[in-house]
Amino acid sequence: MANWQWFHRLGSPKWLLGKLDRWTPWLLFAGLLLFGAASVWGLAFVPPDYKQGNSFRIIYIHVPFAVVSLAAYYAMAIAGAVGLIWRMKVADMAMRSIAPVGAAFTALALVTGAIWGKPTWGAYWVWQDARLTSMLVLFFLYMGVLALYDAYRERSSGSRAAALVALVGTVNVPIIYKSVDWWSSLHQPASIKFTEASTIDAQMLQPLLLAIVGCYLLFAALVIAQLRVQIVLGENRSQWLGDHAVNRTA
Amino acid sequence: MSNQAATLELHALSCERDGRLLFDKLEQRIDSGTALRVHGANGSGKTTLLKIVAGLRSEFEGSVLWRGQRTSAFGQRFRSELFFLGHCVGIKAALTPRENLQWWLSLQSSGSQASAIADGHSVEQALIQFGLGGMLDTPCTRLSAGQQRRAALARLCLARQALWVLDEPATAVDAEGIGLLERLCEAHLQRGGLLLLTTHQQLQINGLREIELSVPTADLRR
Amino acid sequence: MNAPVKARGPLLAILQRDLRVYSRGRSAWLNPLLFALLGITLFTLGLGPDRERVAADAAAVIWVVVLLGMMMSLDGLFKEDYVDGSLEQLLLMAGPVYFAVFGKVFAHWLVSAVPLVLASPLFALMLGVPLEHIPLLAFSLLIGSGILSFLGAVGAAVTVSLQSSGLLIALLILPLYVPVIIYGASLLQAAVEGWPYLAPLLMLCGLLSAVIVLAPLAIGVALKISLDS
Repeated sequence: MANWQWFHRLGSPKWLLGKLDRWTPWLLFAGLLLFGAASVWGLAFVPPDYKQGNSFRIIYIHVPFAVVSLAAYYAMAIAGAVGLIWRMKVADMAMRSIAPVGAAFTALALVTGAIWGKPTWGAYWVWQDARLTSMLVLFFLYMGVLALYDAYRERSSGSRAAALVALVGTVNVPIIYKSVDWWSSLHQPASIKFTEASTIDAQMLQPLLLAIVGCYLLFAALVIAQLRVQIVLGENRSQWLGDHAVNRTA
Repeated sequence: MSNQAATLELHALSCERDGRLLFDKLEQRIDSGTALRVHGANGSGKTTLLKIVAGLRSEFEGSVLWRGQRTSAFGQRFRSELFFLGHCVGIKAALTPRENLQWWLSLQSSGSQASAIADGHSVEQALIQFGLGGMLDTPCTRLSAGQQRRAALARLCLARQALWVLDEPATAVDAEGIGLLERLCEAHLQRGGLLLLTTHQQLQINGLREIELSVPTADLRR
Repeated sequence: MNAPVKARGPLLAILQRDLRVYSRGRSAWLNPLLFALLGITLFTLGLGPDRERVAADAAAVIWVVVLLGMMMSLDGLFKEDYVDGSLEQLLLMAGPVYFAVFGKVFAHWLVSAVPLVLASPLFALMLGVPLEHIPLLAFSLLIGSGILSFLGAVGAAVTVSLQSSGLLIALLILPLYVPVIIYGASLLQAAVEGWPYLAPLLMLCGLLSAVIVLAPLAIGVALKISLDS
């Protein structure tokens, strides 16, 4: 039973809110620091690419957002599944917190991808790129979850419905990616893949990895900020929340 | 575990909706052969209570025990012993009363007594008993609201489940229909069945206990 | 008339009832068909009178129109049962919900998709698809529409308790339809161009078998959630 202690504690909004209040500034600070350092490193100190010149440097923004937004979808679905199966309120709140942040990160990945596309392919949007097209579908999947939240009058049913939709989406994300990939190879066999790790130089890779870690931390900080709001919204009738507010202002 | 006598117990049942506490720590027990009528004004949570018992609502605290076990643990076994008639009775307008009743019968598990006694004849008998003999094969769209209701109540003639949960069964039914409903409920109780129902009007059923739910007024939100 | 009621499984009971309900009106099979015909007409008018251009886009047009038609008719799949209370009876029956749900989706597919498949030669002629590819088109539509039905039913089940579900169901389901339209449309394009088309066909078959097994589970859960609100 001792091993499950943390799980039960995690399920207690009261315990969690106390912890989150302390973590948020640190996570935000660390995320901004790493992401900022990686950007400076990538923009100023990495030599230009022999093929793309300086325009490749947008990967230090684009790739981290793309990576995190995909991971966020899975994190959202896992939180949703925990909420659906074990009826854990905190998991529902976590899912509600991840969804808007994930959607925003996906939108950023799409915009930066399009900006990168202009100097590279000569057009803002190239459908042959399976990654970018899947990203667009991912954005729609996020929007579906958010729309469901709005549509349900009752909070708990909305959470469960959204969790189910997110789970169905996770099964589909790899299939969608595979199908778009297959489709683009059909039309343009030699698609260019800049972001594959094997073709990237270590000098370029190191700041990229740093940026990805920074982006994860930023994401965590934003989700936690959302989660604190969700806990307050969900527990607004509990006695402990009033005490908590009093303690913080005291 | 299922050999335990048929009882329905509600333990510390609380349910809130839209920030209002519908009922708080409700304790009730229905034994074999007894009935409980829940009444109260609109919005007092009668339907919600019945849906919780039937397993259609999951947002509540406390427990619903059937034969001493949580109904959620019983699953299909519990459902095979439950007859539920909701606010919307589940009559398809495009189908005839006969087709509607036969469809309902075919949903009952093949092993249950419900379908063992049911043949085409008893389906007809049930509908005739409820005064629908002249419109066995008339689509329900052409029946009045009360007649549609009667077509649904005809299920009671065939239902042999131990626990009946009826939500406003007397709505839109005339005095004669209500008398029929009372007789069927009494027969069910004499067979050792359990009955939980909501009605706005008084019903003459032997062994009927009543509880009243009050409309929650205080908003829990501060 | 007085034949005894046989103890049929819930799957057959629901299949039979739903087919009977659908047979008492023609909107279930006629409306998707008319929608598809109208959609093709509008697409063609939008594309312009150039026959070759229309033929080149035929695969995409047919699949998009079938997909939208199916999606719109799916909105009503559980709605009537939800409103009249049959859905409660369905979920409270003693047997497993899985087969009941399967029966409902299968009945809907039979009524809404099969007429579309049967009419697909007409669509093909309207758009100038070569005659020899029509059997392939019809077969791929048969498989693909099954995927669309089962996937779309998940969206219909999630939104059944909501008042304005039409656009929401589109938002939820259309992203999931991406693989179907990709494999379905490129299948026909490949065939017309003389390329191999076995791979997308097998992918469609694989997706159909996966969806038939998994979707009823999700639909069952979704219906429980919808009734719970």
